[in-house]
Amino acid sequence: MGLLDKEFSDGNIVITKTDDLLNWARLSSLWQVGFGLACCAIEMMATSASHYDFDRFGVIPRNSPRQADVIIISGTVTLKMAQRIKRLYEQMPDPKYVISMGSCSNCGGPYWDHGYHVLKGIDRVIPVDVYVPGCPPRPEALLEGLLKLQEKIRNESTVKKSA
Amino acid sequence: MKNDEEIFEILKAKFGDSIIELNAKSPFEKVIVIAPLKIKEVSYFLRDDSELDFCSLVLLSGVDDANGEKVELEEGFKGIQGGTLSVYYHLESINQKQKATLKVSTSRENPEVESVSDVWRNADWHEREAFDMYGIKFLNHPDLRRILMPEDWEAGYPLRKDYRNPEFYQGMKVPY
Amino acid sequence: MLTDFGNIFIFILLAAVFVVFAIFLSSLIRPARPTQEKLLTYECGENPEGSPWVKFNIRFYVIALIFLIFDVEVVLLLPWALAYKSFGIVGYLVGFTFLFVLGLGMAYEWRKGDLQWDRPKIVPPVLDIKKFDTTIINGSEPQKKASVL
Repeated sequence: MGLLDKEFSDGNIVITKTDDLLNWARLSSLWQVGFGLACCAIEMMATSASHYDFDRFGVIPRNSPRQADVIIISGTVTLKMAQRIKRLYEQMPDPKYVISMGSCSNCGGPYWDHGYHVLKGIDRVIPVDVYVPGCPPRPEALLEGLLKLQEKIRNESTVKKSA
Repeated sequence: MKNDEEIFEILKAKFGDSIIELNAKSPFEKVIVIAPLKIKEVSYFLRDDSELDFCSLVLLSGVDDANGEKVELEEGFKGIQGGTLSVYYHLESINQKQKATLKVSTSRENPEVESVSDVWRNADWHEREAFDMYGIKFLNHPDLRRILMPEDWEAGYPLRKDYRNPEFYQGMKVPY
Repeated sequence: MLTDFGNIFIFILLAAVFVVFAIFLSSLIRPARPTQEKLLTYECGENPEGSPWVKFNIRFYVIALIFLIFDVEVVLLLPWALAYKSFGIVGYLVGFTFLFVLGLGMAYEWRKGDLQWDRPKIVPPVLDIKKFDTTIINGSEPQKKASVL
């Protein structure tokens, strides 16, 4: 059910639903906050680089949360940093999405017991859309996480509440 | 180049009772134990004497010796009473090609050590870290604040053996 | 009938209208949920401190003006450099007159001291090594000082 499936025979006119159009526009240009925390950020940078090419899915790092749609929490979230992350998330314009990348931001990772300074999961502070497991996840895993997020956005609706 | 015994003898001759012992139990390096309130004086001598010439403080680290008595303070939680906290100083002389390790031990209840941040400038932040993690108070330190943990961390000093994580910090749940 | 410039004018007009229309449309369909936190000044997640309206040195305006003048000079000189041959010796001299007048202005502001920049005197931090340090005061160890610092 792509956007261009319902075109007329001469190919110049496309009909679609408003929801589909909006969702298609949103999922095709998910700009992320240029924001890295720990070793996962290296994998995120590798994903952005030429070999894995995040840009082909419309993901461009922006230097201000004002211009961003998605924030990738890439790495260990310390308690000190969690307050900043919360504020960065608050400052993003709606609709906004969160990808939690790697074990540390999913659940605390290797710091789950003795990490006195680590927040055990970023979902204690901000709502997460997609969790990407791995320590750190390979770029393919992050790409799949992004595809999952796009899947989620594709099924959104302006009228009915999402679960 | 001098070995640890020679350095110890020089210090012993100069400072007497302030130099407590030469601890040779560690397999890696022999440790000169010094009185905690005399360490600054000794450090100035170590730095400025032409034969010792320790121009570089490689590392300053705090240690919880955990040699006190284990007491059950609350149900299921064991605290430590008595015993010592220590600070280790790893020194290196580039000109004389020699190394030395100093140690001061101070009481767990009132840990006070003379600051050496006037002697070696890099000791400033190292001592702040030792204060942050173990609560060792460095006397005459120019700016003794927490360096790594948040400023408003009230749960104590996290690398002490009897440290307990708080339930909440700023509304965020801390334990797993 | 429209000239070629008229076509371009309509093109520019359409572009401007499209931008305004797109911004208007997106303001209609986007969710707007302003909160106090969201409207806060962005300072990388830190608490904003003070005002962004800070004073800076008036000399930056002078530098900006001089930069503008020489920028315009390049804009004028490039077409001249491409075309002066077809105007003969007169075109060559016109270019030189232009450069001469600009150079005169430059010499004037140089002489006036507008290119001078009063720099604050930098005092390097010095480690106080006099305490306990008898060897340096006595001067018996001249190479000692270097190793300490």
